Amino acid sequence: MAKLVGMEVSLAVAEAARLCDTDVVAAYPITPQTHIVEHLSELVANGKLDAEYIPVESEQSAMSSCIGASAAGARTFTATSSQGLALMNEMIFIAPVLRTPIVLAIANRALSAPINIWNDHSDIMTIRDSGWISLFAENGQEALDLTILSFKIGEDPQVSLPVTMNIDGFTLSHFIEPIDIPSLESVRSFLPPWKPLVKLDVSDPISIGLLGTPESYTEARKATDNVLVASKTAVDKAFKEFKERFGREYKSVETYRTEDAETLLLTMGSISETAMTAVDEMRDKGVKAGLVRIRLWRPFPAEDLKEILVKAKNVAVIDRHIMMGAPVGPVGAEVFSILYNANPRPKVKNFVLGLGGRDVTRDDFHLIVEKAKSAPAQDIERYELVGVWE
Amino acid sequence: MKALETPYEKVTAKNFPKGPDVLASGHRACQGCGEVLALRLLMKALGNDFVAVSATGCMEVCTAPFPQSAWRVPWIHVAFENAAAVASGVESALKVLRRKKRGPDRRIPVVAFAGDGGTADIGIQALSGALERGHEDFIYVCLDNEAYMNTGIQRSSETPFGANTTTSPAGTQSQGQNTWKKNMALIAAAHGVPYVATASPAYHLDLMNKIRRAAAISGPAYLHVYAPCPTGWRMKPELSVESAKLVVTTRIFPVYEVLDGKYILNRKVDAPTPIEDYLKIQGRFKHLKAEDLVYIKERVNEEYERIVKLAEAFPATA
Repeated sequence: MAKLVGMEVSLAVAEAARLCDTDVVAAYPITPQTHIVEHLSELVANGKLDAEYIPVESEQSAMSSCIGASAAGARTFTATSSQGLALMNEMIFIAPVLRTPIVLAIANRALSAPINIWNDHSDIMTIRDSGWISLFAENGQEALDLTILSFKIGEDPQVSLPVTMNIDGFTLSHFIEPIDIPSLESVRSFLPPWKPLVKLDVSDPISIGLLGTPESYTEARKATDNVLVASKTAVDKAFKEFKERFGREYKSVETYRTEDAETLLLTMGSISETAMTAVDEMRDKGVKAGLVRIRLWRPFPAEDLKEILVKAKNVAVIDRHIMMGAPVGPVGAEVFSILYNANPRPKVKNFVLGLGGRDVTRDDFHLIVEKAKSAPAQDIERYELVGVWE
Repeated sequence: MKALETPYEKVTAKNFPKGPDVLASGHRACQGCGEVLALRLLMKALGNDFVAVSATGCMEVCTAPFPQSAWRVPWIHVAFENAAAVASGVESALKVLRRKKRGPDRRIPVVAFAGDGGTADIGIQALSGALERGHEDFIYVCLDNEAYMNTGIQRSSETPFGANTTTSPAGTQSQGQNTWKKNMALIAAAHGVPYVATASPAYHLDLMNKIRRAAAISGPAYLHVYAPCPTGWRMKPELSVESAKLVVTTRIFPVYEVLDGKYILNRKVDAPTPIEDYLKIQGRFKHLKAEDLVYIKERVNEEYERIVKLAEAFPATA
């Protein structure tokens, strides 16, 4: 049994970046991400991590510097939240097409307005279509492991794409949890120094970031999408290798008590632990409920998810973001689209909850399962807010 | 801050760099473009042992339409406002990879090129951050053609007073641009960086030696380079170099260096050419009235005298 260390999850993410021998960190402070980069700057200041820490003047420059550093062949890490991710947005859409495997830890936080520092998924949903691989962690151990895996996956020569590693702000980032910290040697052998296929090199000059005319733009975008979709194979391979090396198993889509389940809850992130407890309570009462949680948000694991969902009668999809003006939330939209041609097809109901740090309780999940079971067909085409003040 | 300057060979007419240009011919710049001329001379002076970063703008668009590139050095373009931040990342990467023995074991300058909009307007925050952080092998070159030429001649904070642009049009209620040109070189110097210089491609050896000096100095350097734009200035293409000369001899654009906070006025203009000689060859000034010229002359001399006084008050010893 590995020795578990009590550690704040943000610090564990920074420790993971240290174990990965990160070369460049360019970051700007924002709540609730700040503890990650504070700890990284401390590691650099004390010689525990041999990296260049660039204390940039904005998130826009953070992502710009990360792209420059990664293009020059350095293993590059940054972290942000909410408004910071929004300010990075322009560069976020550039990094995947330039094939720079930056790792970005996001302590998920609600977007303004109104200004709010607490957790939901509105920040990550703004970059949904950008071409980044996106992973969600549920607890501290996963946050550390997935940070290491993010480098492993992003730097795979078949992939070479940037990766976001999402942890819920405060409700995960600021918790102290027992964490198994792997040895430096084991991580360095799992993740050897990155060897980019191409980089800014004076002995072999290349041009990166050329003008895409109408004759080449479509192909460049499609090439990136092809690589992103194909990266699912590299994700599965990295998860397998990680299990062999460190003993902990990860899947693109995780399940809990889904065998013979009639109603499935579908979640992402740290509320899944609350949902698990609720599932146990429902099972004790004879309610056939189960939990499905998406770990890999992009590329969307359509096949894996479909295979699990079609076995149920009802699916309750949880979103932590309102897709303004749309009938359903972003996770809801994906689920409706992958199940439209399924036969048999479960009844799907989309719920939105836990916005801007609003507490999500076990009772909420009990209520959701009841609603999903009893929802009349005409009610299912629009999301329903749970836990809202009437 | 005391600049650590390594010895470097000065460019002269006799040892002028020969051989194929590092910026290949066949780019798509307009006829008579003073910006691409300045860029080519700067790159000739630097050789091929540097990394180039471009902001979005004329030089990026005309040199790098996929699948072609005029750059014979490693080159990256990311966006408009962030050339300084991208260059910061490249510089930090080269430094750490050298330290970790995974990159070349020598100093490699990282040179950011941006226009006046990409520098003085949308890019000023990223530039200020990069200058303040003190990146050792960082050179920032502003190629100033005094408006957003790539998008069709819109005014920037570097557009001179009185210029007619598509967003500062001269009209019955306006004389055109109604603000004075932002002094980016002095703003850069206020960061306390070891080297700041202004240059004009009409004085090509001066221009080339300034980037050689910038590369020889450890610490951030800022070069503000005047870049005539015949298309945007409504000027005959063959007058590009002439305008680059007149802007200096009229005192409009003083050519100077700030080395460790000491001012060196490279070209003292005791008998200035009449300002009208500079203005009259450019269509963007043709609407100006006598009272506008009075103001321009007064302000030009005031700004020029500021540099003269700075050079007297803080003279360079060497």
